[in-house]
Amino acid sequence: MNTFLQLVVNGLGKGAVFALLALGFVIIFKATEVVNFAHGSLVLFGGYLVVVTKDALGWAGASLAGIVSAGLLGLLVERLLLSRSRHADANSLALLTIGVDVIITEEIVRRLGVTLPFLGDAWDAKPFRLGGITLFRTHLVALGVAAVLITAFWLAFKYSNWGVAMRAQAENREAAALMGIRSSRVTATAWVVAGLLAGVAVLFIATQDFSGAGLSRGTHSIALAAFPAAILGGLDSTAGAVVGGLVVGLVEALSAQYVSFDFSKSAVFLVMLVVLVVRPSGLFGTRERTRV
Amino acid sequence: MSDQAVSEVDTPPPAAEPPREARRGPARLVRKAAWLALLVVLLALPLYLDAAWLKAGQYMMIGAVGAIGLTLVVGQAGQLSLAHAFFLLAGGTAYTVLSGPTGDERVAGFGLDPGLSLLGAVVVAALLGLAFAPVAGRLRGIYLGVASLALVFLGLYFGQSAEELTGGTSTGRTPASFSLFGFPFTNDGPEISLLGVPIRQAERMWYLFLLLTVLAFVIARGAVRGRVGRSWRAVRDNEAAAAVMGVSVLRAKAGAFAVSSAYGGLAGAMTVLWFDILKPDESEFGTYGINVSIAYLAMVIIGGLGSVPGALVGALIVNGLPQVLALYSADLGWFSGTGDGALTPILVSSFVYGAAIVLVVLFEPGGLAAIGRRLTRLRRQPPEES
Repeated sequence: MNTFLQLVVNGLGKGAVFALLALGFVIIFKATEVVNFAHGSLVLFGGYLVVVTKDALGWAGASLAGIVSAGLLGLLVERLLLSRSRHADANSLALLTIGVDVIITEEIVRRLGVTLPFLGDAWDAKPFRLGGITLFRTHLVALGVAAVLITAFWLAFKYSNWGVAMRAQAENREAAALMGIRSSRVTATAWVVAGLLAGVAVLFIATQDFSGAGLSRGTHSIALAAFPAAILGGLDSTAGAVVGGLVVGLVEALSAQYVSFDFSKSAVFLVMLVVLVVRPSGLFGTRERTRV
Repeated sequence: MSDQAVSEVDTPPPAAEPPREARRGPARLVRKAAWLALLVVLLALPLYLDAAWLKAGQYMMIGAVGAIGLTLVVGQAGQLSLAHAFFLLAGGTAYTVLSGPTGDERVAGFGLDPGLSLLGAVVVAALLGLAFAPVAGRLRGIYLGVASLALVFLGLYFGQSAEELTGGTSTGRTPASFSLFGFPFTNDGPEISLLGVPIRQAERMWYLFLLLTVLAFVIARGAVRGRVGRSWRAVRDNEAAAAVMGVSVLRAKAGAFAVSSAYGGLAGAMTVLWFDILKPDESEFGTYGINVSIAYLAMVIIGGLGSVPGALVGALIVNGLPQVLALYSADLGWFSGTGDGALTPILVSSFVYGAAIVLVVLFEPGGLAAIGRRLTRLRRQPPEES
């Protein structure tokens, strides 16, 4: 029972991080209908900036720099590449982000070389016992941070001008533009927010508690698990992203313990497949309708 | 999210069909002559190139076979697939297991004839693709792309856990060397020489791969130009309209997926023969990992979605570049650095094809195929107008 409880808490902690990443996917998708395959490289970029600036700024300052620069990279990708090809359809733009992802990831992996730095200095590798179960501080902090960020996002999405503009654009891009909503600004902010979330997420992923590995190509692979999270919840549902993230975290933690570690990654994708077969647009996604 | 917006996600890029008039008259003859000349050159190359270059060429042909299959399902049938690496692994494993010697204690084998095993690999991959069809039939666009990514992860787990079949990640297993009707594609067997050039393993494998590539190419072109291809494109452009026209949407989708997987399986068997080892990956990044799925997608995008000749050119760039760079670097002393931050041929070619994807989507969504079409039209137009 204790093991199970421990797994659930750890799974939820991991899930919170996946939720942050999946939320980034969903925000971009809602604003532009583009699936951002370059999300993993935003994660890597934020982490890399932390590594580079750590000596000069200290851990806290470097983390902030990493988060901000991941957001800026998102903005850069959107402004320089995606906004230039407004006439390309969303599917081609998704392919474009694959190209961006390859370039950024390869370059950062090359720069990292064999050093695989850990990033979560403030919380990493400080487990403590509570009522007979061992808890990882990283996972608890991740849960807390994710809860705060997701609530903040949700409030902004619901009540701020940006949120209203964003929802209007997601509903009907042309009508929103006619109502005076600046499509380019909404889109750009969506990318910035997604980048910031990715920058936060990497601080938890490249830790001993979370992955047992420092910032590396593996970090990018872990970030890929946010894909099934977003898809599982439904690509156009922010609530779905959070639920999807938690499901992915739980499935990974439980299957790693009860089946095998190798299986845990496939398990996540298997669960996603099952959900997709039953509900082709994810748990909370909008059903597709076809008109002839 | 409106329904109109969702359907936009599914709208694929324009069809890569050669214009009708190109197939008639003198233009058609020129075209045929050009293909024939290319074939003759490819047939003659082993007489001039040494084994290392032939090996590089074989690698490009593996890419060509795989990319042709992928362009059919992604470009013609409009189903985004990131599962190609999985079918490569499936085909490679099937070939190795079918042709493997019986009675090995560590790994399973059926001891079948290698030629038959190659066919078996194609069939196994096609059946696996068909098994995925119920999922593929329900999903569209990005959802399908990510769902197909699941297969790569399942393949990774399969490679790690089914050691009896794959040989495991640490050692892998050696495939039976290829032979057809008793003729070995190795250095053994009868001594053959052509114009004074001994035809040994490298040359024999070149001709085998060339034969397979030509077969793959001809079959794909036939499919694209025939009834099957029309039904794929109809489904891609509008499923409802295709159904109204009497196309069975589910069958067309499943068929496209099965055909593409069969191509992937053949490319996988060729990969195993090329490396002379079947060694499953330890992580998502490897011979059958996500990076390979993306590389194949890159070939298809660069060549132009749906274009079969484009897939050939894409394979030439994506699979050829690292090989050629590696060969040249030995002569020129490039990429001599090792360790941290070294530029390797693989890294450089990753940059090149990453950038190529971005440029193609930004400036020429039809890929190289569209550029080629425009060039031939430019050349032809002045006399037509005068």
